Amino acid sequence: MNSFKERLFKAAAYTASLFTIAVLLSIIAGLFGEGLPLFKSFSPGKFLFTNDWYPTHAEPSFGALTLIIGSLAVTLGALVIAIPLGLGSAIFISELAGSRMKEAAKPVIELLAGIPSVVYGLFGMAFLAPLIRQWFKLDTGLNIFTTSIILGVMIVPIICSMSEDALSSVPKSIREASLALGATRVESIFRAVIPAAKSGIIGSILLGFGRAVGETMVVLMLAGGAAKMPTSIFSSARPLTSTIAAEMGETVMGDLHYQSLFALAILLFLLTFVTNLVTELVFLRRGNQ
Amino acid sequence: MVTPQIQTSQLNLWFGKNHVLHDVSIPIHAHQVTAMIGPSGCGKSTLLRCFNRMNDLIPDTRIEGQVTLGGMDIYAPKTDVTSIRARVGMVFQKPNPFPKSIFNNVAFGLQIKGGLTKPKIQERVEESLKAAWLWDEVKDRLKSSAMALSGGQQQRLCIARALANRPDVLLLDEPTSALDPQSTAKIEELCLELKKSVTILIVTHNVAQAGRISDHTAFMYLGELVEFDRTDKMFTVPADKRTEAYLTGVFG
Repeated sequence: MNSFKERLFKAAAYTASLFTIAVLLSIIAGLFGEGLPLFKSFSPGKFLFTNDWYPTHAEPSFGALTLIIGSLAVTLGALVIAIPLGLGSAIFISELAGSRMKEAAKPVIELLAGIPSVVYGLFGMAFLAPLIRQWFKLDTGLNIFTTSIILGVMIVPIICSMSEDALSSVPKSIREASLALGATRVESIFRAVIPAAKSGIIGSILLGFGRAVGETMVVLMLAGGAAKMPTSIFSSARPLTSTIAAEMGETVMGDLHYQSLFALAILLFLLTFVTNLVTELVFLRRGNQ
Repeated sequence: MVTPQIQTSQLNLWFGKNHVLHDVSIPIHAHQVTAMIGPSGCGKSTLLRCFNRMNDLIPDTRIEGQVTLGGMDIYAPKTDVTSIRARVGMVFQKPNPFPKSIFNNVAFGLQIKGGLTKPKIQERVEESLKAAWLWDEVKDRLKSSAMALSGGQQQRLCIARALANRPDVLLLDEPTSALDPQSTAKIEELCLELKKSVTILIVTHNVAQAGRISDHTAFMYLGELVEFDRTDKMFTVPADKRTEAYLTGVFG
């Protein structure tokens, strides 16, 4: 009886996992099936390396470089904001805060991760963008700079929480070894503890990158959306994600424009897939040590 | 009578309300091996950690009395703790190399202190690895990770790392309890060699080890220093009944 129940449960769990994998694979298959035909009429080289994104012209052009640069610009901008903030708060929580402070601070920061991205977008539109416009005397506050700040704040919890885990899991004996050699507390943190937690910290940054690259709502609301090559951090940008979200409604199923959006989705998928793969490898290496 | 290198007088220590060390007065002589023995929880490790102020790291620690190192009160308010710790090296129970290269493990203390040129650091790393009898085993792979060394090698690496600061005193906190007999023997021999240049304090659970390598032995029980004497004397005619009972294995 017992073993029958056990077998039944095993079979159910097995089926569930197979189903999940099947769903994922069919999404990937759909992505490539709809996106790749674009390259029959538009060369992949031009798609990746030219600027002109005119999907609805009489002679349409699908140069996605502007969009790729747009995505990278807001993502790197977000990392510039999020790495010091996330890593700094992780170091504070793990190394410097008292136990009470530690118990309070980490859940609060992790709570930030639970805020829906549209709320971040709304906040950025209503409060941050007007401020940025005033401070820097711009025509509009909807630009790469504003987007980077909000996107950065959004991924701080990821970087902070994972880095903090990595720092906290550095054994006490490493700290003792460093202090016993005459290092101060700060020297110990920077020369012994952080290097020992390096792979976890890099993993957290990569994960933050993946999250930021794939984020849609914030960039759709804040980046301005002009499909023009950005020239400064105060330029408007049109990242891959917001292009897909904004244009999908205008397409006819199966036409070139439709295919081109799927091609953008393939690009996004590959970007995040590679990021996650690298992250995984970083962690695997750590597991082997 | 030579002045002792380290001298504690009327040393008392509390962790919170827990009175761990009671009126400990002990002289540690230069270029000798002093062993500290006693049952678990007797305070011998805590006493050892008073000599490089590692107990400072434990919250709610209170210390009364005096510990002098070469005549200087190391608990005086103006003392620079990091310079004390550079002068008094420590090796822990479990080998704890940094997840760095062998070279960078040994160079750690020197790089922190700064002021040494690269060739000078290299020289000092070589000197320290030789002094810890590890050089021949690792000289071809200084850049590979210290984590790949065996337990015994890792422990000698930790000794080399401490020696790189050219300390006056080396504190060994049960350094062989996680090692196999062969590695243990090697470290014991090493202690006898090292005492020519540094003063060694060793906490050990292993009474025979204390007998083999130490010049003086301190027997501690329930936070008190019960007996302190030359090892050969204590091991033949212990003055205190409790020492005799511990040495003969009645308890412990």
